Amino acid sequence: MKSSIADFAVISPRTLAEALASLRQTPPPVPLAGGTDIMVLLNAGQLEPGVYLNLYSVPELRRPIEVSAGVRDAGTWGAGGADPPGEVRLSALTTYADVRRHAEVRRLLPMLPLAAREIGAVQIQSRATWAGNIANASPAADGVPPLMAYDATVELSSAAGVRQVALSEFYSGYKQTARRPDELITGIRIPVPAPGSIDYFRKVGTRKFQAISKVLLAGLVELGGSREIRKIRLVFASVMPFTYRARKTESVLEGRRLEPGAVSLAVETLRTELKPIDDIRSTARYRLKVACNLLEEFLGTTMGC
Amino acid sequence: MPDVLTTPAYRWVGHNPPRKESLEKVTGSAKYLDDLKFEGCLHGKTVRSTVPHGRIKKISFEPGVPWDEFTVVTARDIPGKNVVSLIELDQPFLADGLVRHMAEPVVLLAHPDKGMAEKAVKRVHIEYEELPAILTIEESLAGGNIQYGKDNIFKKYHIQKGDPESVWPKADVVIEGEYWTGPQEQLYIEPQGVVAVASPTGGVTVWGSMQCPFYVHKGLKPLFNLPDDRVRVIYTVTGGGFGGKEEYPTLPAGHAALLSWKAGGRPVKIVYDRMEDMWATTKRHPCKTRVKAAFTKDGKLLALKVDATMDGGAYVTLSTVVLSRGTLHAFGPYACDHVVIDTRAVFTNSPPYGAFRGFGAPQTIFPLELHLHRAACELGIEPHELRRRNLLHQGDRMATGQVMQEETGLEGLMWKAMDESKYLEKTKAYREHNRSSTRIKKGVALALFFHGAGFTGSGEVFLDSKAGLELTRDGAVRILSANTEIGQGSFTTHSQIVAEELRIPYEMVEVAVPDTAVVPNSGPTVASRTCMVVGELLRRAASDLKEVLVKSGALAGNGHTPSEFRAAAGKYLQRFGELKVYSKYKPPPDVSWDDKTYTGSAYAAYAWACYVADLEIDMATYQAQMKDFVAVQEVGRVIHPVIAAGQIEGGVAQAIGWALYEDVALKQGVMQNCQLTNYILPTTADTPPIRVFFYENPYQNGPFGAKGLGELPMDGPAPAIAAAVAFALGDRIIPRIPILPETILDAIS
Repeated sequence: MKSSIADFAVISPRTLAEALASLRQTPPPVPLAGGTDIMVLLNAGQLEPGVYLNLYSVPELRRPIEVSAGVRDAGTWGAGGADPPGEVRLSALTTYADVRRHAEVRRLLPMLPLAAREIGAVQIQSRATWAGNIANASPAADGVPPLMAYDATVELSSAAGVRQVALSEFYSGYKQTARRPDELITGIRIPVPAPGSIDYFRKVGTRKFQAISKVLLAGLVELGGSREIRKIRLVFASVMPFTYRARKTESVLEGRRLEPGAVSLAVETLRTELKPIDDIRSTARYRLKVACNLLEEFLGTTMGC
Repeated sequence: MPDVLTTPAYRWVGHNPPRKESLEKVTGSAKYLDDLKFEGCLHGKTVRSTVPHGRIKKISFEPGVPWDEFTVVTARDIPGKNVVSLIELDQPFLADGLVRHMAEPVVLLAHPDKGMAEKAVKRVHIEYEELPAILTIEESLAGGNIQYGKDNIFKKYHIQKGDPESVWPKADVVIEGEYWTGPQEQLYIEPQGVVAVASPTGGVTVWGSMQCPFYVHKGLKPLFNLPDDRVRVIYTVTGGGFGGKEEYPTLPAGHAALLSWKAGGRPVKIVYDRMEDMWATTKRHPCKTRVKAAFTKDGKLLALKVDATMDGGAYVTLSTVVLSRGTLHAFGPYACDHVVIDTRAVFTNSPPYGAFRGFGAPQTIFPLELHLHRAACELGIEPHELRRRNLLHQGDRMATGQVMQEETGLEGLMWKAMDESKYLEKTKAYREHNRSSTRIKKGVALALFFHGAGFTGSGEVFLDSKAGLELTRDGAVRILSANTEIGQGSFTTHSQIVAEELRIPYEMVEVAVPDTAVVPNSGPTVASRTCMVVGELLRRAASDLKEVLVKSGALAGNGHTPSEFRAAAGKYLQRFGELKVYSKYKPPPDVSWDDKTYTGSAYAAYAWACYVADLEIDMATYQAQMKDFVAVQEVGRVIHPVIAAGQIEGGVAQAIGWALYEDVALKQGVMQNCQLTNYILPTTADTPPIRVFFYENPYQNGPFGAKGLGELPMDGPAPAIAAAVAFALGDRIIPRIPILPETILDAIS
């Protein structure tokens, strides 16, 4: 351990109100959830000494996963049945393990458990939180792309109130987020995709497991009659300086029929849209090529089914 | 359970008794270095250089730190010679005026509080006048910037058999290629760690995680100008070495002892954390090799020329002997009349490269075997058939002139490996598959190789090893040897050998802690020598001990029960007080070696092997994924089949890492990805089933016929894997490892 624990202080509030009040101090304490990012920096001696805000002591932040009903659609859900699920809400301290264990989430949002099982090992999955993954703003975050592909909303709370920010609008640059220093992520709301939506999740790491992503694609497509692409979301990790939604490529595809011509047009668009990073884990060239390959695989397998 | 292809007729040899140290390790009661508590212990830290080459202008200590609470040591505080005694005397314990590589130790600090010691490291500021650095083999050989001798060359070797130059113009086909193998981190699970207590009155005592207590002993004597008996080195339970704890521990041991010496004899503990360990300590030597080979059109190898250059780093350390082993494995198990091997190790401003399982051999076996695969493709001959046509047989001469006294059995090993891996079916099926599939490409390939056991040439004679046994008070037998248990099972295999020879239960054999004040110098725990060479010393000592007991009348000469042995031991001890029996190394007859001409028997015994790698490449990600691995080898008698198979599986996994994953990213000559999050080792999800098969051809000078096997499995996987990648990519050779997905993408674009 290269850092000295003596240099760090931790505040443990007992209520959310206390937690939010403490965030108004200057400088505000750094929220500490699972700690799986912070501990790595601490061990390497790279964590700034300072005050940390322990969220584990706040009961409001550890509510179980909630699945709420959506609007009944007689066409797909049959009259007289139960209300269809409409939204899943994760709380600030929901971990990857919580999601892996939750049968309904596995069924409704299958990309979330897929991402969860590829993040670290069991120990990390049991500590690390989805909200922490969003807040830490690593371009290589594996939990963020599927949330963004599902069009999740981030619930930000401060002493002044609560506001909702679309995850797609949350990042503006490397480690730049919409969260103000006095705000906490208190929840993540994920709409259940329209029936018949097709998803794609693939993480390309430096090895099979226990690896940080070099390229990751989470995609979701909603097809209409005669294979018309009604809506598509393509979210990449580790390619750009922040989790990146390829809107240009999405817009080229939307409204078009899914056929080989559309696939090559999309790949060509993506090739110019992405400006990949070069770092210790991989090269820009590799990232661009593999990102295009994954898109091709996604659209290709979607066409095949 | 591995497949051993003979039936042992012994009570202990060839069986799998529980490991001597396993209970302590499994229950967590084993004390590793950092578990040891010393009263009043100080924590030592090393301030290291941050330039690859420079003159130290000034060392300053930032105000605001209670420096009076610290023990501070620089080169000026050294009581004896500031030089690590190894092959050459060029490496200082602490840089004095000049630094020659990044992460070189300059200042030592010790404080009772670990956190304070850690923080203070950043408060020592060293100013340099930077000097031009040599960071590659090419820059080293270019001249202009000479930092070692006349030409930056630490050592050169030349082997000559026949005259390849006369063959090139006449041959049907001449094939040339250039190959590169990258550095590799040993990554023992326990980082380097030592504790020292040192003072002018009490001498120097060091406890540490290490392979070779007597290397440390030799290194510390001149540092303090002390005689043999005033320096004591004690092995502590060691969490892996792989060569990384062969020569390196002398440095931290010296550092801790210097701090303790200055702190009035208070104990000083130095334990590196993972980042410091990966940043500062040794790695496998990178190696660049050119191979030229001439063939007839039907694949007879007419001439071979190998030219290999290893990067040695900033000090000689063990580079000359690593190079020697590389040189002596560069020609492979093939009969060829015209061979030239030229090798050199060169200076660069990198931390010294060092010992690592295989010790230079994997670096030269890789280019040769991959070159033969390339030649087979170009000649249109199946790779196994090209090998078969050129194998070394009884009566053939190696490039060194060594005559093969018996069949190597290699052809049989090859057929067994091909059979177990379904090699012929797969080559056919995979070619078919690769023609039609664009998403997944499959490959399968083999490599043939040998590994010489024990020290090279006359090395074992110079080592002059001595090992022994003593009777304990309760009538059991204790092994006295300096050879360490580093996870490879040496305490167990040695005990089996002694139990077998004495015809007593394995449980009646103990192993003394390797402590230079207690055990004789049986040589280092390296070079696949511990079981074969030291095991034979112990077997002879056991035989002599039995003879002493019989001659004294205490033991019947025609067999005994365990209780009869115990009673005899008790009787002997009562009469004579103690019984210690030692045996000394004797070179096997008919083995001679000429260091000047590099001719003769380089090794007394060789292990032989054929490995088959089976993999597929995902063409969306360019990741090569191992699917199956077959390792067939002849290693003489297998003493403990489970331990032996574990050695093979571990070595293969380590070599898969070297071939496909482990990329030491160098910057300013030093590793920059020194964390397990960015230095990528394969996990069990990345390694395939590793299927191990042993053939036993007992070696007459090894204990019960055993030969060395610890390094062997590091040799064969990389060329087999690289050849399988070439197969998958339609005979496109990627001549450098590691073969990362990025490398494959670059190669096919």
